[in-house]
Amino acid sequence: MAGKTLYDKLWDTHLVRTDSGGTALLYIDRHLVHEVTSPQAFEGLQLTGRRPWRLESMVAMPDHNTPTDPGFTTIADPVSRLQVETLDVNAREHGLRYFPIGDVRRGIVHVVGPEQGATLPGMTVVCGDSHTSTHGAFGALAFGIGTSEVEHVMATQCLIQKKSRAMLVRVDGRTRPGVTAKDIVLAIIGRIGTAGGTGYAIEFGGDAIRALSMEGRMTVCNMAIEAGARAGMIAVDDTTLAYIKDRPFAPQGEEWDRAVTAWRELHSDPNAEFDQVVTLDATTIPPQVTWGTSPEMVAAVGGRIPDPAQEADPVKRDGMERALRYMGLRPNMPITSIKLDRVFIGSCTNGRIEDLRAAAAVIKGRKVAPNIKQALVVPGSGLVKQQAEAEGLDRVFSAAGFEWREPGCSMCLAMNADRLLPGEHCASTSNRNFEGRQGQGGRTHLVSPAMAAAAALAGHFVDARIF
Amino acid sequence: MQAFNRLDGLVVPLDRANVDTDAIIPKQFLKSIKRTGFGPHLFDEWRYLDHGEPGMDCARRPPNPEFNLNQSRYQGASILLARENFGCGSSREHAVWALDEFGIRCVIAPSFADIFFTNSFKSGLLPLRLPVETVDRLFKAVMAQPGYRLTVDLLAQTVLTPQGAVLGFQIDPFRKECLLNGWDDIELTLRHADEIRAYEARRRQQAPWLFS
Repeated sequence: MAGKTLYDKLWDTHLVRTDSGGTALLYIDRHLVHEVTSPQAFEGLQLTGRRPWRLESMVAMPDHNTPTDPGFTTIADPVSRLQVETLDVNAREHGLRYFPIGDVRRGIVHVVGPEQGATLPGMTVVCGDSHTSTHGAFGALAFGIGTSEVEHVMATQCLIQKKSRAMLVRVDGRTRPGVTAKDIVLAIIGRIGTAGGTGYAIEFGGDAIRALSMEGRMTVCNMAIEAGARAGMIAVDDTTLAYIKDRPFAPQGEEWDRAVTAWRELHSDPNAEFDQVVTLDATTIPPQVTWGTSPEMVAAVGGRIPDPAQEADPVKRDGMERALRYMGLRPNMPITSIKLDRVFIGSCTNGRIEDLRAAAAVIKGRKVAPNIKQALVVPGSGLVKQQAEAEGLDRVFSAAGFEWREPGCSMCLAMNADRLLPGEHCASTSNRNFEGRQGQGGRTHLVSPAMAAAAALAGHFVDARIF
Repeated sequence: MQAFNRLDGLVVPLDRANVDTDAIIPKQFLKSIKRTGFGPHLFDEWRYLDHGEPGMDCARRPPNPEFNLNQSRYQGASILLARENFGCGSSREHAVWALDEFGIRCVIAPSFADIFFTNSFKSGLLPLRLPVETVDRLFKAVMAQPGYRLTVDLLAQTVLTPQGAVLGFQIDPFRKECLLNGWDDIELTLRHADEIRAYEARRRQQAPWLFS
């Protein structure tokens, strides 16, 4: 008999019931809440006279709308302000665990959850945000949901689910020096496509994944959704345990020992069978840069923009032509010839301490190129910011001409005041290069923190390894 | 939730793959704390020539004449014909609310992104999957024939074309039942409240650290 995948194990331990058609009621351990996708859910509870099923499962904070101006005290945009205040009120009325503006623990939910130990191995973790897949890095089943499902989890602690198929993405060998988790996951998306993981839960494995820090693993799982998979996950090992130990929400003492025994089982059995297996050779992955308006439109930094004329599929060809028009780029241009206007380092993909260290290591003692109008560093949380300042990274960035900001989602989706102007090219460590994502008419190129840092210094893309 | 049974509707084509939810409803409109008001901003960046912000009177904004939703032949459409991976990206249910408020009750595409697909059912919007070749034929037919309508029959699981062709489609039986009846998911789940409590009690013993 075939063994179980990690996904099977997580699924099975959370099943409350299954009906004959395979529709399951899945129990949710952790519910992360932010201001954008929760107000209508709280309102739904109120209208139906329901209360949250298990308050302790919820951890809430504002992140999408919050300003990043140093030392800000108010939100200038009244619509944004009302949304954040609505979360303040809902948190107070229900007695939620809440990190409001002004709390040093506040930040992007997907950075703060793990940082607090609120994300633990073996959990089901949901949030009204597609990048909830991030938490799968801890051997958890984590996925994004819409507002109706947010309300459903609040009211019942469960979700109605159908089991996905299981995919293993195995990255064998070791990456070359200077190649990061972001390059690995962009290469994976380039290979399987932006819908390659639709209908699947992806487990990432192989030596290159095992060698990653927790920060790197979170970067990889974070972008599972950009390959179409609601959930990405990685087996538990010593790296996982070392990260979690002594975090505020993590179990202590005897309970820690019991938990570790259970967590050690959170890996796919050697004889587990996957519905699909994709393998990549880590040794051949160079630093990646996206050139189009879908994360699958990605090339090696040393490569060229592909020519739509070479694409046989008419729908794909049309998509490429449309993307090149939007991006103001031409077929066969070298990636390194793309000139930049802004640089954004941050987001739930790459706003953690290791990301800031990697960028600072490239920047140290150098200056942002004159053609760069703005280079932003937005730490993923108040605690990341504090740690970076203790290490002097803020001074490295500031001396080079970067702006050192308060934590939040910021220019990843430009719901606050941080955004691109029409036509501007941005080297961004975020996760989506969709049309208008970082501001209407803005042109996003997704890269790793080291590549964004090098691009800021050069004014165009360069291979961070030889810069 | 509004029920979905049978829909006879005008079809509007959106001929591009990977339409993401940022395009369906741009981020600035997500600042709303309400469930309504999104329809006028559906596909805002493609539909208007100016930059849209919450609170604008969309009737006074310059429409993009190139965009299908603005063309007279597609006015009143309730079926959106789309390409692969419709609704990818952000989990924002506002995308479904915007489509629904605009008057779209059914999206036909070869494939949908998982979160959008799930969200659709919560508002009684039917995401209907047909094979890529069939969708291709429908695109050609819609563009060739002004006033092209389809009849979607959820109970029979068929799409009827003006030429009388009957196209079958698959749907999960549970989702079909919920949609036909307009059932509220939360109500359904709370019928199993005792089982949820029993599960919780068991798990608290096995893994108390999950309940911190």
